[in-house]
Amino acid sequence: MKMKKNDLKGWLYLLPAILFLGVFMVYPLIDVLVYSFEEGYNSASQTYHGIGLYNYAYVLHDPYFLQAVRNTFLLVIITVPVSTGIALLISLGLNAIKPLRDLFQTIYFLPYVTNTLAVGLVFMILFKKTAYTDGLVNLMIQWFGGQSVDFIDGPYWAKMFVLCFYTVWVVMPFKILILTSALASVNPDYYSVARLDATPNWRIFTKITLPMISPMIFYLVITGFIGAFKAYSDAVALFGTDLNAAGMNTIVGYVYDMLYGNSGGYPSFASAAALILFVIVLTITCVNLLISKKHVYR
Amino acid sequence: MKIVLKNLTKVFPSRNKKEGGEVIAVNNFDFEIPDGKLIGLLGPSGCGKSTTLNLICGLEPPTSGQILFGDDDVTHLPPENRGVGLVFQNYALYPHLTVEENIMFPLQNLRGKDKLSKEEMRERMLKAARLVQIESLLERKPSEMSGGQQQRVAIARALVKMPRVLLLDEPLSNLDARLRLQTREEIRRIQQETGITTVFVTHDQDEAMSISDMIVVMKDGIIQQIGAPQEVYDDPANLFVAQFLGTPPINTFDGSVKDGLLYVGDKAILETPGVKDQPVSVAIRPEGFIPKAGGRFVSHLERVEVMGRDTSVVSTHPNSRNTFIRSIISANSKLVKDGSNVTFDLYPNKVFIFDAETGARIRFDLKDGE
Repeated sequence: MKMKKNDLKGWLYLLPAILFLGVFMVYPLIDVLVYSFEEGYNSASQTYHGIGLYNYAYVLHDPYFLQAVRNTFLLVIITVPVSTGIALLISLGLNAIKPLRDLFQTIYFLPYVTNTLAVGLVFMILFKKTAYTDGLVNLMIQWFGGQSVDFIDGPYWAKMFVLCFYTVWVVMPFKILILTSALASVNPDYYSVARLDATPNWRIFTKITLPMISPMIFYLVITGFIGAFKAYSDAVALFGTDLNAAGMNTIVGYVYDMLYGNSGGYPSFASAAALILFVIVLTITCVNLLISKKHVYR
Repeated sequence: MKIVLKNLTKVFPSRNKKEGGEVIAVNNFDFEIPDGKLIGLLGPSGCGKSTTLNLICGLEPPTSGQILFGDDDVTHLPPENRGVGLVFQNYALYPHLTVEENIMFPLQNLRGKDKLSKEEMRERMLKAARLVQIESLLERKPSEMSGGQQQRVAIARALVKMPRVLLLDEPLSNLDARLRLQTREEIRRIQQETGITTVFVTHDQDEAMSISDMIVVMKDGIIQQIGAPQEVYDDPANLFVAQFLGTPPINTFDGSVKDGLLYVGDKAILETPGVKDQPVSVAIRPEGFIPKAGGRFVSHLERVEVMGRDTSVVSTHPNSRNTFIRSIISANSKLVKDGSNVTFDLYPNKVFIFDAETGARIRFDLKDGE
């Protein structure tokens, strides 16, 4: 009897959170799943004319969606390894210096507290071609004798480059923060032992440092993958809201457009696209976990 | 390989920037560690013993002075070229590597003419593992082993590269009491089998006394006394050394010397020929008491603790600096009570007197046969 009473009490404590999560997370999730199978659903009249896989078929054949998938995958494949790698290099550097470390740490952390759109504006100034100027980056390219490129409205690779550059720059501070603290938490005795044993630096790095911080690297890769798959605002900040026209849409951008954009008012297509994204992220995360079992020291 | 420390000094800048100043962790060390011996660096925490170890292995550069291994001056040699094996207090085994990989690690670093083939490495690894008796645990990770086993792996890893000198930093402090006894004998055995000059650091006098060939007692960065454990115990150079060595600790009293007699309170307890009249600190080892009717040392009995082999008599004395005086007497001898007091005679060689101000030993002549 006592147990039951305690159980009840426990559930009572959990009730606010359960209610909140239920109404704002679980119910919408189920709803999205339902929408994605309801063909021709109209949110105004709350009607639909059939149940089936048509929404998925439509989305998967929509050239805009395929473009968005391609963009998203490129973004993920390029930015996650590049940002993690550079963050690791910078963290190692920060860990190795003593004077000015705090200053550099602050500088590297600044992008993290800067607004996405403000950063976007700065990138526009750096990269955008206008009637008056080619942008700072183009000036530098010309300086070295290259042809100026329109990074914002120009060729696909140039736009992709800017988007990746921007993403790497935005996600870097957090990774540096995590990695510097991971590096600092490695017991210095390991390095002393390694030094006494005349261990070459590269071997210290690959055999001691890297395994020791591997859980953190793994954490960054997983969250990096998930974050990059959900990219949207970065593209908007650079290329404006009509991403389909710019050919720079992402999967989340596609979902948003289907709900509210110029082509808006298709919640069923949006739901189907969202679920496809969910399946992709789930698969990638599972693969990551499987790989990590072999390579991450715990 | 003998180790010679010449005027070795290490000064650290003070942590407290406002006050400034500096901390002298190691103050003008001058001694020689003979080849193939086991040396215990002994002292309370903060006395500079770990710093001394770091100086010997090269992890810290000395402020001044010289370190020689044999005839080589290694003072300015980086640690990796000194050929020292160091076992850390926390063992510092690489947690992601197995025992085998841990022991192999130093060998895989060898380059150039020292480079070993896979078979040679395995051979050496097995030899080291056999020496510390962990050959059945090679596949384990450090987290899957007990503290004592980890300790052995750490020693094997330090020995596998055949160092000239083995250094152990508080080797037993992370082990439980039972394992500690076993492991210290193990360290002694390994040291004797390999014949490698070994220095270990400890704050536990039991540990140092039981296995060292020689102990170095330190306090505040200054060497207090160097010698064989028994020698140092029987003939302490000053009050600090007398108090630091021995369990139960030595009993100390305020006393004075007058007309060749040693007084504690108003009672003369011992003849001290040749000592001029002065106030002194008196220290009596617990085993220095002989129960005797009409004995000259009288104290107030508190209780008797029976420990099997012998008996510990706990008593009080107004001039004692400790709350209780502990005397260890053989279980066979009978305590002599005089009302609520107990009376003892003293073994003169278990009684030490020290300058009341400086704590320096004041020697007196022992009568023949005592």
